[in-house]
Amino acid sequence: MSQHGILKNVVGKKLIMGLTGIFLVSFLVVHLGINLCALVPDNGETFNSAAEFMADNFFIRTAEWGLFLGFILHIVDAAVLTLGNRKSRPIAYAKVDGAANSSWYSRSMGILGTLLLIFLILHLGHFWVKSRFTGIENPFTQKDDLYFYMMYTFQDLWVVIIYILAQISLGYHLLHGFKSAFRTLGLNHPKYNPLISIIGIVYSILVPTLFAIIPVVLHLRYNHYITF
Amino acid sequence: MSEKTLNLTLKIWRQKNKETRGSFETYPISGISTDMSFLEMVDVLNEKLITDGKEPVAFDHDCREGICGMCSMYINGRPHGPKHGVTTCQLHMRSFKEGETIVIEPWRASAFPVLKDLVVDRSSFDRIMAAGGFISVNTGNAQDANSLPIGKDDADESFSSAACIGCGACVAACKNASAMLFVAAKVSQYALLPQGQPERSTRVLKMVAQMEQEGFGSCTNTGACEAECPKGISLSNIARLNREYISASASSK
Amino acid sequence: MSQVLDSKIPEGALAEKWTKYKSSVALVNPANKRNLEIIVVGSGLAGSSAASTLAEMGYKVKVFCFQDSARRAHSIAAQGGINAAKNYQNDGDSVYRLFYDTIKGGDYRAREANVHRLAEVSGNIIDQSVASGVPFAREYGGLLSNRSFGGTQVQRTFYAAGQTGQQLLLGAYSSLQRQVGMGTVKMYARHEMLDIVNIDGKCRGIIARDLVTGKLERHFGHAVLLCTGGYGNVFYLSTNAMGSNVTAAWKAHKKGAFFGNPCFTQIHPTCIPVSGDHQSKLTLMSESLRNDGRIWTPKAKDDKRKGNEIPEEERDYYLERRYPAFGNLVPRDVASRAAKERCDAGYGVGTSKMAVYLDFSTNIKRYGTVEATKNNLTNADEATIIKLGKEVVKEKYGNLFDMYKQITDENPYEVPMRIYPAVHYTMGGLWVDYNLMTTVPGLYALGEANFSDHGANRLGASALMQGLADGYFVIPYTIGAYLSKEISVKAISTEHEAFVEAEQKAAEVLNTLMNIKGTKSVDHFHKRLGKIMWEQCGMARNAIGLKEAIAEIRALRAEFWKDVKIPGTLNEMNLELEKAGRVADFIELGELMCIDALNRNESCGGHFREEYQTEEGEANRDDVNYAYVAAWEHKGGDNTFELHKENLVYENIKIAARSYK
Repeated sequence: MSQHGILKNVVGKKLIMGLTGIFLVSFLVVHLGINLCALVPDNGETFNSAAEFMADNFFIRTAEWGLFLGFILHIVDAAVLTLGNRKSRPIAYAKVDGAANSSWYSRSMGILGTLLLIFLILHLGHFWVKSRFTGIENPFTQKDDLYFYMMYTFQDLWVVIIYILAQISLGYHLLHGFKSAFRTLGLNHPKYNPLISIIGIVYSILVPTLFAIIPVVLHLRYNHYITF
Repeated sequence: MSEKTLNLTLKIWRQKNKETRGSFETYPISGISTDMSFLEMVDVLNEKLITDGKEPVAFDHDCREGICGMCSMYINGRPHGPKHGVTTCQLHMRSFKEGETIVIEPWRASAFPVLKDLVVDRSSFDRIMAAGGFISVNTGNAQDANSLPIGKDDADESFSSAACIGCGACVAACKNASAMLFVAAKVSQYALLPQGQPERSTRVLKMVAQMEQEGFGSCTNTGACEAECPKGISLSNIARLNREYISASASSK
Repeated sequence: MSQVLDSKIPEGALAEKWTKYKSSVALVNPANKRNLEIIVVGSGLAGSSAASTLAEMGYKVKVFCFQDSARRAHSIAAQGGINAAKNYQNDGDSVYRLFYDTIKGGDYRAREANVHRLAEVSGNIIDQSVASGVPFAREYGGLLSNRSFGGTQVQRTFYAAGQTGQQLLLGAYSSLQRQVGMGTVKMYARHEMLDIVNIDGKCRGIIARDLVTGKLERHFGHAVLLCTGGYGNVFYLSTNAMGSNVTAAWKAHKKGAFFGNPCFTQIHPTCIPVSGDHQSKLTLMSESLRNDGRIWTPKAKDDKRKGNEIPEEERDYYLERRYPAFGNLVPRDVASRAAKERCDAGYGVGTSKMAVYLDFSTNIKRYGTVEATKNNLTNADEATIIKLGKEVVKEKYGNLFDMYKQITDENPYEVPMRIYPAVHYTMGGLWVDYNLMTTVPGLYALGEANFSDHGANRLGASALMQGLADGYFVIPYTIGAYLSKEISVKAISTEHEAFVEAEQKAAEVLNTLMNIKGTKSVDHFHKRLGKIMWEQCGMARNAIGLKEAIAEIRALRAEFWKDVKIPGTLNEMNLELEKAGRVADFIELGELMCIDALNRNESCGGHFREEYQTEEGEANRDDVNYAYVAAWEHKGGDNTFELHKENLVYENIKIAARSYK
């Protein structure tokens, strides 16, 4: 067994990538669900109660550790694989016509992923660190108000633009990652491949687009809020 | 059948042997018929180099009809050149334009070390085969061929996987120098046949372990291998390999 | 002194010889097998199957091939299929019929006992290949599919699309790799055999050159098996791989192995015509295409219209006209000569006028109609029928059609293919007895490298059969007859003077070649040799031309050794040096081929002497004077040879004029 322990080779390592990838994809749905509550025009009431539920729920808090683990595994595994891949071709080609045989984003998962990692750190700094440690009190109401805090964060246009760019990166990352994960997990059948492909495309466009709408809306609402 | 002649500039990787470092050399060449195969064009260059007292370009080739898998040139950024579904020997000069500069490199992978100029060592493929790419049946043990009916669809699919010529274009095309398509094709061929069942699990585990040992990269499903494979080996073989590997790992002792 | 050769055919009735032989041949016990070493040169069907089988039996095996991997051997390029007397189609096939067809197809110049043995084991080959995972074509019911080939009236050809050779070779190669993985076979890829080593009259090893480092190596073996294929590349242009060569066989010949029927060359009728001077090789279009393709030329000379624009009534389906019983499926030699005859008479097509049409339109329509009926398309219009028919043809021959289009830039689904005969296979080869042993004890020749089974013309789909028969089922038994007497022989040190001397000689030849430093490339000489051979010793030969050719080849040889130019150095990968060694041997062989063709004052099979033909232009065989195998002994000196004969005795077949009418 030691000779072919599942993690001792690229196939096993890719399996981890695929599994964590699918896990993170499912996390995005939950995340998006909560976020979409912020679009309800009730001054954040729905959103804040959803956020509180998430923050206080024991299972969710436990799952959060799982989520962190998922991210870390996905990222570390990717780094290990990428380093290994570099070793597999120590001398690069002088001329590569990659566009002739594959999509640019399928070849750029590492770069897209790195962008997403940078975004993730920024994003955690924006919300997670503050909601957990430094506080998210609404200065007007003196109550914890994540909704307000989001509007507050997105008041700067550059933050909104970064979030939108991050969502574009996410879209392309998913566009390849979604179907790639299925292949890596061996879930491939001529009858269902078109379905997986369509779900993947719809997901990769829809989810990041909806994510991207939120900062835009909140940016506009904040401007409205303070002028009001 | 409209034969024309081309004038071209060739930029070719020259490397004396495994130990030395190589570099590109540039050669102008003229009067190349569009009916020539790519290798015949290199023959013309070599004939000229020999006449000029220089060393001809070393390259691997044998059958020149697209089946032995020996030819292996990375032409203008693509294994086997710009044309889809052909080996270098079946690539013809009508695929190139007048005045074009053609960059020719060897396959690049740590598992395919360059031996000289464009010649690489692909014995890593042989070792992967030796690790498990077979059905253990000694000569003389076979039952009557028709006592084992195999559905046409399975037989055809197995054949499609078996059509791999082991040229290494998949590795050359892959940005990670992964050999997954090569290994997957062989694993699939046998996994689809009843004869392949007894060793189904051990085969995939051993072949993957050997692939790892040879230093090939990982598969990121870009699909470049499938797109560049001269025999059209499908990416679905890789999915099958993953499936076989997962179930074999899960059940191995 | 010319000697009559003993082919060591076992006694008894033809059908029982092999069975009796197998049960009475001496055996080597497993413990002794472990101490016996066998060298196999060549990794094609014969080499791979022999090496893996012998290793399975317990022998220590070393395999050498000049390519980068055993899997590249040129058996891989065989397209159409492999024959076997399985009679799965219930169409009257039998071991005897396969035997009979092969002898007749070979124009009564093959050895009865060998051919019968070949037919006997043919079925086992299919069983073995299927067991080792070869994905042959199958019917919907899951059973194996068959098709027809030339020279037969039954369907006995098993196939895997147009890649049968590839699939069979990969099957044998995977068995070989299994043994490599188990350590029972040691593989030496990128190694070329440069000489055999004889000690006390027995072959005991080889000298090989590591083609990467250029170093010479000595290897000992209790027996040596040459599975090195044919020598069609003596013609420069052929359907052989660029590296296919005669060197191993020729070196063995110069060390005592007689060369059998060197002039028997197969010119394959359906190849893509030569397109220009740059051409480096010719590409075969499988004989299986003649199942569904009809061969014709225009009835009018110099017809300028495109093939598909010439109406039916203006086409001359000359094979169907001349040979109504076999039609387009006459044997290769007959089809090739008929094509040459049409072109020489001025009816050729294409820019060179050296081509005939191979046309699928009739059968596309026929298949289309069948498909339409199957799919309940009553009243299907012509376009639908043609579309359906093309799909069927595509499934059967798609890869060949693609290859044709790739090479010629013409679409064979729309316009008829242009084809012309090209050198394909050599029936001649090292003379072997029933045990496949050459005239050097301990030295064997298998597959295309020997002369034994195909007479003067090989039937389609029989080369794969012979290669695998020799390797899987014949040599594992016959080698026991020799090795059982060798069990007490300890491995001989490669420091033995015979090894030292052989290596020195090989080194001298290489040194001489490198030091010529002439003005002309190796290819230059090869092309000139090819031209002489094709013109004087090709599809048609005559005494005057052959004599001229011999003189020209001698002059060419002298010039080669004075003026060849080989860049680079000895101790490195040097492809020009490799080629030079091979061409030097081809030049010597070419001379022998012409000598043999000149000696054989008759026409038979692929050997067509213009002086010996019937009024209708068919081959005129002389069974009274030439029913023998010409086995040539190399007498050293300035390439001199002595003829020995093996008389061919036909006890089971009534020897008759071959008719396919």
